Formats: sequence, structure tokens, C-alpha cells
Amino acid sequence: MFEIVRKKQLNDSVVLMEVKAPFIAKKAQAGQFIIFRVDEQGERIPLTIADYDREAGTITIIFQTVGASTKELAELNEGDFIKDFVGPLGVASHFDEGIKKVAVVGGGVGCAIAYPQAKLLHSMGVSVDLIAGFRNKDIVILEDEMRAVCDNLIITTDDGSYAKKGFVTNALQEQIDAGVNYDLVVAIGPIPMMKFVCKVTEPHGIKTIVSLNPIMIDGTGMCGGCRVTVDGQIKFACVDGPDFDGHKVDFDELMRRNSTYQKAERERGCRLLNQEVK
Amino acid sequence: MKTMANMSLEKVKMPEQDPNVRNKNFEEVALGYDEIMAMEEATRCLHCKNKPCVSGCPVNVRIPEFIEKVAAGDFAEAYRIITSTNALPAVCGRVCPQESQCEGKCVRGIKGEPVAIGRLERFVADWYMKNGTDKTEKPQSNGKKAAVIGAGPAGLSCAGDLARKGYQVTIFEAFHKAGGVLVYGIPEFRLPKKIVQKEIDKLSELGVTVETNMVIGKVLSVDELFEMGYEAVFIGSGAGLPSFLGIEGEGYIGVYSANEFLTRINLMKAYLDEYDTPIRHAKAVAVVGGGNVAMDAARSAKRLGAEHVYIVYRRSEAEMPARAEEIHHAKEEGIEFLLLTNPTKVLGNENSEVCGLECVKMELGEPDDSGRRRPQPIKGSEFVLDVDSVIMAVGTSPNPLLRTTTDGLEANRRGCLVADEETMKTTREGVYAGGDAVTGAATVILAMGAGKKAAAAIDEYLQNK
Repeated sequence: MFEIVRKKQLNDSVVLMEVKAPFIAKKAQAGQFIIFRVDEQGERIPLTIADYDREAGTITIIFQTVGASTKELAELNEGDFIKDFVGPLGVASHFDEGIKKVAVVGGGVGCAIAYPQAKLLHSMGVSVDLIAGFRNKDIVILEDEMRAVCDNLIITTDDGSYAKKGFVTNALQEQIDAGVNYDLVVAIGPIPMMKFVCKVTEPHGIKTIVSLNPIMIDGTGMCGGCRVTVDGQIKFACVDGPDFDGHKVDFDELMRRNSTYQKAERERGCRLLNQEVK
Repeated sequence: MKTMANMSLEKVKMPEQDPNVRNKNFEEVALGYDEIMAMEEATRCLHCKNKPCVSGCPVNVRIPEFIEKVAAGDFAEAYRIITSTNALPAVCGRVCPQESQCEGKCVRGIKGEPVAIGRLERFVADWYMKNGTDKTEKPQSNGKKAAVIGAGPAGLSCAGDLARKGYQVTIFEAFHKAGGVLVYGIPEFRLPKKIVQKEIDKLSELGVTVETNMVIGKVLSVDELFEMGYEAVFIGSGAGLPSFLGIEGEGYIGVYSANEFLTRINLMKAYLDEYDTPIRHAKAVAVVGGGNVAMDAARSAKRLGAEHVYIVYRRSEAEMPARAEEIHHAKEEGIEFLLLTNPTKVLGNENSEVCGLECVKMELGEPDDSGRRRPQPIKGSEFVLDVDSVIMAVGTSPNPLLRTTTDGLEANRRGCLVADEETMKTTREGVYAGGDAVTGAATVILAMGAGKKAAAAIDEYLQNK
């Protein structure tokens, strides 16, 4: 059992939790993930590690309530326990020595994962532009935290209700057009966003790393549920990733495969709702 | 007093759920012998002097001895004889490929059916679970600690043997539940999970600790286990990533690896309403492969409500690696066998969901490296199988987690850990390995045999250290 030692609602649907998991906290690195299971009947759900505190022995997760399991998790409070919490899984992000200028691009709750990447790069002495996109002003998260780990924070909102109007791809394109020479772009967010960031960087030959979030069960290289096609080959996000070269990822297939249980998820959502009405 | 053996040519039949009832539920198919059936079957044993059956058993169960006790109605003693060499009899009695092991060597099998050794083992184990009175005594500690990685058949048997010798054993399991393939792979209808749990509980009574949610190679390295005071480490991390065919369309919605499909059902209980893990309920399913895993996937798909479930296998039935009983049960339950048939392409609809499997008919040519006749496609025999789900049960490749994070641990060309056949000693001092991590996908009993050998070797190593 794993205790939730801190909980903070970041916006209407995004929650931050610090979870006591000393063994994981000792080893966790940026880019890795954990799998949680709320209770005995729960699903196993992967979440990327947003932060860790080796001394306090805690792992920070930031998640959006998109389905039944994240909703159940969000209902827990400080002092409550999560049944299972396993990690750190996946290969840690690795950045080559010698890179000087990087754009880290985050979309929505993906900013929670873009943040540790920016933090790591920043600590390596790399100049970091952090481009963070949100649908509107109300859902902007981690602004101060992000500002602290980059040289230049560019926030965009789809509707222009805060900061710069437009998508992260527009902002990135503008930076490139203005002559900023990126050695690397790191993109983390919804699949379409990562796909289109790759479309922006590809003509310029800028290496682009994406962090993928496919369907997964064990997360240790057994079930094969998290397979993605990268450069025409089957790769497994849990042991080969979750970071991949974005220019080689088949995003359309990933998007399709991630929709496998949408119908079941909707039906379950209704069931949960009905239970609450009763 | 020696009595004449019962010369009936057939095994005493074991009661089973009716095929048309059981293919709609997940309850156990085979119901087991009662005392009278067991005693009658036991009298078929000839008590051969050279005991060919024992040599066919990877853990050398003292078969004629326990059968003699069954015939005499002394089931408790039969249990003690079995468990002197086999820690998981209720499991082995259900899932061992007896026809190629003990029963395959049984003299009675030359003319008629061999003695039903597997059924008798199962009977004894089940009888003891219900009626046994012995308390498991925690052995005297010898003050030494050993670590076991993976709570599957190899790890459980290694841990059990070490604990009985007085070692303080901790099993580190990556999943939230102990059991390995016994809980995530083999379905409830073949191996009820409460039986697995009881066997694991017995290990706890021996003093074995199971730490779940611990992925060794990630959260702790093998080196750190040594630093923590474990003097020997056994790796039983199991088979790894599922293979696919590399044909077009394997990314469509509704294409599963058997590992994923079975894990959703068995470990995550996707077939029960109160559990949250989803699974697709297909109308028609093609399972590609001819092993036990393929049979398990096919029979599970049928139980989820599929109208048609096909086994698509490129060789003929004679080459199928599955246990004879599983093939027999699958056929009884209405699984349709498409033999000498090879998939060439998965077809998808406008929503990218599986809507068919294109296949080609095969014929058998000359024997290949495996000694089995090589299947070759018959030109112009392509056809489309009308299915909305495809499950790939075509093998696995070894898990890379420990091999890539442990210095001095060598793997072979296929990625399997290198271990001595007799001692299961790896290329790293104090580290032993066994089961699928060493052999690639094999059987529960072979893994258990490896776990036992490793336990003996670890004991010798630490005694002399």
C-alpha cells in the first residue's frame, strides 16, 4: 500500500499527488513511468513520473481524470493509500552531451511530463525554450514551476484567453522562422500534438523526441499491449521507450490502438454514474 | 499384500463439465476423481522395478510409491511422498504434459492407456487441501538470506526448497500478485487461482516473504540485492515479449498478443463485471498458433461469447506442441481447427478494426531443422477468414530487463540467460537462473525442475562459502 502524502488540484480535471514510494524515489529518473492500481478490482494504469524526492522518498504524479481509473484515483485524499504502485519503469530520458539549445514542447497535462525533461536539460546547462500549450486560461498548470527551469517560457492558449493565441506548433514554427537553432525538440502531449510538432521539425531536420503513452498492462516487457511501430519495426514502449524518435513513429496507428477501449470506457463511465445516482 | 493389477486398458474416466456448458463459463473443466475412482485407477499401476515413469518426471516424483498409497486409501501418506520432491502437486497434476513425461513412459501405455498419473497426483493434492491436518512447520533458520526474482513456477519451487533448508527467502515479484504464468497465463478453467494461492500460502508458512510490485533490474539491481545481504540470487523472470508475424495489419484494433489477451482475463479478471479492466468481446476470433497458449486463448475467447473461434496453425495436428488433452478439450468446446493454414494479412475496416484474416493453405514438404516437415504455401489457395479479432500466440522472446542491467550475466544469441544445465549457475557468481528466462517458452514443470536444481546448487554453494 502506498500513501498519498500530498494532493493538489491543479485545475478542474488535473490533480497532483505525492506518493510515498521510497524504493522507486531512490531510482526514478526523468522520462520513466510508474503503474498504479487503485484497488483490488482496478486496472493497471501507467503514468509518467512528474518529479521525485529521494530524501522524502516520494514520487510526484500529475494526471488528468480521463477515465474511470483516474477518476477513482482523483477521489483519494492525503492520508489515503493506493493499492499498487510500481516503477520506475521504462528507459530514462537520455540527452547527448554537447546539445546547446532545446525546445521542450508540452501540451495540456503533458506539461507535467515536459516539466521534468526541461528541468533535467536546464540542470545540464542547456538553454531551454519551454513551449506550453493549453486550450484556455482556466486549465493552465505549473506556470511558475516551468518558468523556473527554462530560459524562455512561451505559453499558448487555443482561444487566446491567456498569453499567446494559437497552438504550440505555431509558436514553435515562429521560433524556428525567427532563426532559433534548436539542436533538439522534446514533445510531450496528446498524440496529434506530438505528430504535428514532428511535422514542423522534420523539414528542418531537427531531431525530435516524443514520449509515448500506449495501452499497457504489466509495463515490464511481457504483455505486448504497448507495441508501437517505429521505423517500420515493432517496439515496446515499456522496455524500448517510452521515448522514441518522433520522426519514425507511426502516430496514426498509435492513435487508433489507443482508442481500442473507448466504447467500453464510455459504458463504464455511465455505469459509475448510475451507481452514484443510486 | 500384493494384489493383481487391474488390467483395464483404459484410464478411469475423470468427470468433466459438459462441453456446451463449460464453454460459457470460466469454472474448472475437469472435476477430478473421487476417492473410489482414484483407488480404482491406482490399481492399474504395475509397480515396475525400473520405474520408467519417475525418469520421465522433471522433479522425479516417486510415482509408484505414491500410487501404492492411493490404492491402499492412505492419501495423506501419498501426499507426503509426492511433496517430498514436488512443491506444487495441485498445479502439476493439472498442467503438466504427462503424455510426454511420466505417462509417456508408462508400460501400461504400450497396450492401452497409461496409468492416469496426472489425475492421481491432482486427486492427492486436492484431497490433502481439503482433509490434510499437518501443520507446516517453519524450519530452523540457518541465518542465510537468498533472493528469488519472479514468483512463477521456477521461483516458487526454488524458494520452497531453499526455505525448507532453512534459508530466509524473499521473492521479488514485478506484478501485484504472486504466481507468474500460473496467475496471468493459465486460465481459471484449467487451473483455479485459489489453488495457486493455497500453494503460495504454504510457502509463506515456510517463512518465504513475497514482495510484490518490485521490478528487479529497475527498482533494485542484482548488485543491490547482494549489498542488502542476500548471499545468492535466483532469476526466474519468465518469458518475455510476445512475437508477432510481421504481416500487414497487425496494428489494427482487435489484434492481441496472447499474453495481453490472457493477462486481461486471468490476472485482471476482465471477464468479471466488478473488475475494471476492459476486453473486446469479439464475434469471431482467429487464434494463430498451435501451443498450449493458443488453446488457452481460443477457449477463453469462446467463453467470452465468440460464436466462432478458429485455431489457425501452419502445420498439421501431429506437429502441434499443445498438450493432447488441451486439443481434445478445445475441440469438444467447439473450437474450429484450421490446420495447414498460414495467415498472410490482417484486414481492417474504415474504423481500423479487424474485419478479416487473409490466409493461405499449406502443404508439408521435407523435414526442417526442428525435424518437423516444413510447411509450404499452396499457390492460389488464399482465402479470407471472417473474424473481428486476431490473437497471436506464436511465441515470445526473452525479457531484457535483467540481462541489460546486471554485469557479468551472459545471454545466448536468442537473449536467453546462459545457465549450467545441472546447477542452473549463470556466468555471474552467486547468481542462478531457470525457467523460461533460460529455456525460452517451455513448461511449468520444466521451470519447477530448474528451480529445484538451482536450490540444491545454491545450498551447496552457500554451505561451502
